This record gives sequence, structure tokens and C-alpha cells, in this order.
Amino acid sequence: MTTILFIEQVLNGLQFGVMLFLMAAGLTLVFGVMGLINLAHGALYMVGAFAAASVAAATGSFLLGLIASLAAAAMAGAIVEIVVIRRLYRRDHLDQVLATFALILIFSEGTRWLFGSFPLYLDIPEALSGPVTLPGGIDYPLYRLFIIAVGLAVAGFLFWLIARTRLGIRIRAGEADREMIAALGVDISKLYTLVFALGAALAGMAGALVGAIQSVEVGMGEPVLILAFVTIIIGGIGSIKGAFVGALLVGLIDTLGRTLLPIAFGTVMEASAATTVGSALASMLIYILMAGVLIARPQGLFGAAA
Amino acid sequence: MRRETIINAGLAAGLLAIPLWAHVTGEIFTITLATRVAILALAAVGLNLALGLGGLVSFGHAAYFGLGGYAMGILAFHAQTYDPIFTWPFVFEGTKQMLVIWAVALVASGLAAALIGMLTLHTSGAYFIMATLAFGQMFYYLFVSWPKYGGEDGMAIYVRNDFPGLNTLDPIQLFVICYALLMAGLFVSWRIARSPFGLALQAARQNAERVETVGIRPFRIRLAAFVISGMITGLAGALMADLNRFVGPTMFSWHTSGEIMVLVILGGVARLYGPVAGAALFVLLEHWLGGVSDYWLAFVGALLLLVVLFARGGLIGSLAGREVAHD
Repeated sequence: MTTILFIEQVLNGLQFGVMLFLMAAGLTLVFGVMGLINLAHGALYMVGAFAAASVAAATGSFLLGLIASLAAAAMAGAIVEIVVIRRLYRRDHLDQVLATFALILIFSEGTRWLFGSFPLYLDIPEALSGPVTLPGGIDYPLYRLFIIAVGLAVAGFLFWLIARTRLGIRIRAGEADREMIAALGVDISKLYTLVFALGAALAGMAGALVGAIQSVEVGMGEPVLILAFVTIIIGGIGSIKGAFVGALLVGLIDTLGRTLLPIAFGTVMEASAATTVGSALASMLIYILMAGVLIARPQGLFGAAA
Repeated sequence: MRRETIINAGLAAGLLAIPLWAHVTGEIFTITLATRVAILALAAVGLNLALGLGGLVSFGHAAYFGLGGYAMGILAFHAQTYDPIFTWPFVFEGTKQMLVIWAVALVASGLAAALIGMLTLHTSGAYFIMATLAFGQMFYYLFVSWPKYGGEDGMAIYVRNDFPGLNTLDPIQLFVICYALLMAGLFVSWRIARSPFGLALQAARQNAERVETVGIRPFRIRLAAFVISGMITGLAGALMADLNRFVGPTMFSWHTSGEIMVLVILGGVARLYGPVAGAALFVLLEHWLGGVSDYWLAFVGALLLLVVLFARGGLIGSLAGREVAHD
């Protein structure tokens, strides 16, 4: 029983972690290349989820919904970059935070105006619903395994993109020295728009994938955004590898803490008190981890020393 | 007199005169709005100290606002139920006395600011913003998952707390308390800005290396400023809880941090009366636009975007012109 529960929770944590990675990867790319802190990243997650839910509801196809989420989030990202974000690269972080906070307000209220306050639902496609039996006799939802697989595949794709392709070389060059690559003839503003749209598409895809497990509602991106920040602080700003390790750490620790801590406290105190103390402490675990990283390695696990 | 001094005097007088006039004509709602302005302005005065003078972009000031609120909520809750908060090592009873509640709010938010400051002030830039944001959100999740004090629903305090010699249930008397505290907060931040400590703080914002060369450690100066800043915002939280007679975890939410920051920006960063102008503008927008459209926050967002992109001095900046004293 306990081993089965443990393995299930590890898988849940893994699933949560890879989704966090999709969010954190976009944030950290945008920060690494453009030096921009983007609070509105959670809004792009929400855009993806809403696009997927409405297209899937209209066409009945989950796949079309998923494609729509990528397209809508990438497009929203590109438009936002061209209209607003582009003016912020030379500004200080305060201006960036405020302007992107303003974008959150506009996106949230705009979505509420378009879709209303009631949550939408996105159904898991027929072929991916239901449980599968894993080796060892554990029943686990197929869809969550699918999410883990997609997340890992995207992570692999990103590593390949950054390390092996011409675009990846430009992105890394942009991180290192933006004046120089502009001088070498790379259209830097087009590159920025592309990177921003790429990050947005990843966020939108995460929103659509998670939207099928949870409800699709206004403000759904914000808790994930905060966790993505924690992930980036742990992993180190600007590092894709750091984002990956950080996301898995945060996903696993948060998920396992929520199930295991109440049980652990249950062995030393009465049940109701154990649940209270355990869940209160579990909600703080990842922040304690973040505090530890800030003390021991302020630049993050994989961050370049400043 | 400088133009900004005249505007400041006008703001201070206007914020006092409007509710007094409303008291004479019996428009209680206007008094409540003015009280809200005073309390939000006080919270923003706190943040302005860290953000404006120190250049510390804290996106987690909701933590102190919420702790102040919950200091009031927890003390009053235990006074309501006649159940001491703890009995060891000494008996600590709940209370309905505002003065005690304020003291607890100041201590609690000061301690939290000291702890968060010690962890985050070694970082800078985007790290600092994200770390303060995350620690602020930690308190949100902590209080959401703490059922004794209302959990997600928060808790209502049925009777407003007492202030010696005043009737706090009378709106105008509560306003006067809040207004007096706002003035005290403004006085503190005015004194700090002109003290050697405040000058060192501003110097550390402009060039930390130079400050270090003359033998001042920026970290300690910033930590002290961060703690004072958190305490002022915490006091405002306690007042807001008393005005609403309700505390809930949304006081801790990062939207609250964002809103406090918006107040500072709308008014004008590092301007003494910026928070007052920002709070007044925000409450008026909330009141007017809220009546026009349910989606009024989208308009606030658009306005904020315009201010950030095109009018960087905020309201006071555009009225009083560029001030020479701040870079």
C-alpha cells in the first residue's frame, strides 16, 4: 500500500515537475536572452488553456485544441512583445514588473469579459483516458503518463534546439553579447520576438495539457507562475538545465510533502493535528528549499556566478 | 515654496477636509472611502521607503500587510472567544485594544521583514523581485492551509477594536485615527529621507560600491530600511483589517503586493506624498470605474501601462515637474 502510494505520488510529482519546466523554460529563456522579468507569463499559460478548451469544444478534437493552444499563445506572445515588451528591454526591472503586472490585469479581465467567470472544461481525449497498469500492479492514469512523456520530449527538443541548431546558437550568442550579434548582422529584434513567442508557446501548451486535469479559469496561471519563479531561483536564472532540475525538485518535493508530511506527523501526534501541521508545513516546503538555496548558492544551482 | 510642497499641502488638507465635510453633510460612505485612502496610502508609504529611497523592488509587501491584518484578526479572535493565544511560558490573552494590536502588528511584520530581508537582500535585480514575491506567497499558502484562523475563508471580527478615549464605531473618529497614523508615517519617512541613514540608503541605491568605499555596508542600511518599510505596511494592514472588520488570506496574495506597488507608481516613486496621491487616485478609480464596468481592473492595467511607458514620474511627477533631489 505505502509503496504504491509513494510511487503514485512520485509520478504525480514528476508530472507536475515537467509542466513547471515548460513554464520555467520560457521564463528563463526570456530572462537569459533579453534580461526581462515577465510576470505576464502566467497569462500566456491561461491563453493556451482557454484556446485549447474552446477549440476542443467546437471541433471535438483534443489534438486541434492542443495545436490551437500553441498557436494562440505564440501569437499572443508575439503581439505583446511587439506592442509592449519591446519598449521594456532597456528599462529597469521595476518598470518591467509593473508593465507586465498591468498586462496580467488586462489579460485576466479581458478573458473574464470574453468567456465569463465560470470555468471551462477540457475533456481528456478518449484514447488517453482511463488508467493503465504499470509493472508492479500500480494503476495510474494514462493521461498523466502522456503529460510526463510530452514534457520530457519537449525538454529534449529544447536542449537540442539550444545546443544544436542555428537558432540555438543565436539565442546563446544573444545571451552572451547582444551588441556583437547585432553587429554581425543578426536581426536582433526579430530574434527577440521569436524567443518570446517560443516561451509563450511552451507556457500555452502547459496550460492546455494541465487544463484537461484541472478546470480552465481566469487566474489559473498565477500559482504556476509563482512556482516557476521558485524553480528559476533554485535552478539559476537563464539556465535551461537549471530550470529542468529545479522544476523536477519543486514538483516532487511539493507533491510528496503534501502527502507524506501529514502521514509522518501522524506517527507522533493525533490525526487531526497532524493533518493541520503537516499540510501547513508542506505548503512552505519549497519556499524553505528556496531559502536554503539563496543562503548556500545565491546564484542558483546551475546559475553562472555573478 | 516649491510646487511639490504646495501639492503635498493640498493633498494633506484635501484628505482631511473631504471626510470632515462628508461628516457634516452625513455622507458616511465618503468617509469610509477616505479612510481607505489613508490606510492604503500608509501601506504605500512603507513600500515607498524601500522602493523609492532604497531602490529595493519588493514584490512581497503583502506579507507584512497580511501579518498586520492577521495580528489584529488573531488577537481580536481570541478576545472574542476568551481563549488565550498561548499559556506557556506566560499567558498571552487576546485583546481588543488597538494600541496593543498595533504593537503586535509592528513587531510581527518587522520580524518577518528582518527574516525575509536577510535572505533576499544579498541578491539583486530580478532575483530579489522573484524571491520577495515567492516569500510573500509562502505566507499566503501558510494561512490558507491554517484552518484555525479561517483558512481560505478568512475570519470576521464582529466588533471594531477600541481606542482609548475615542468611539471607533463612529466613521469620522476611525478616519481621524487612520489619518493621524498616515501623517506619522509620512513624518517618519520625511525624517528618514533627510537623515544620514536615509542619505546613505539613497547613495547605496545610486552606487553601492562607492558607499562601500567610504565604510558603510549597504546590506545593513538596506536591511534596516526594509524592516522599517515592512513595519509601516504591517501597521496599515492592521488598520485595514479593523476598517473591514475582516481578515482573509487575500491580504497576503501577490495581487495585494502588486496593488501597493501600483499605488506608489501611480503617485510617483520616491515622492513623499506619492503614495497619498496614488492611493487617492486608485480608490477613486475603483469607485468610479467599478460603477461603470465589472472589468475596471483592465482599465487600471491600461492606465498603469501608460504611466510606466510614457509618464514615469507618476501623478505628482507630472504635476510638480521633475525634482532635482532624486536622481
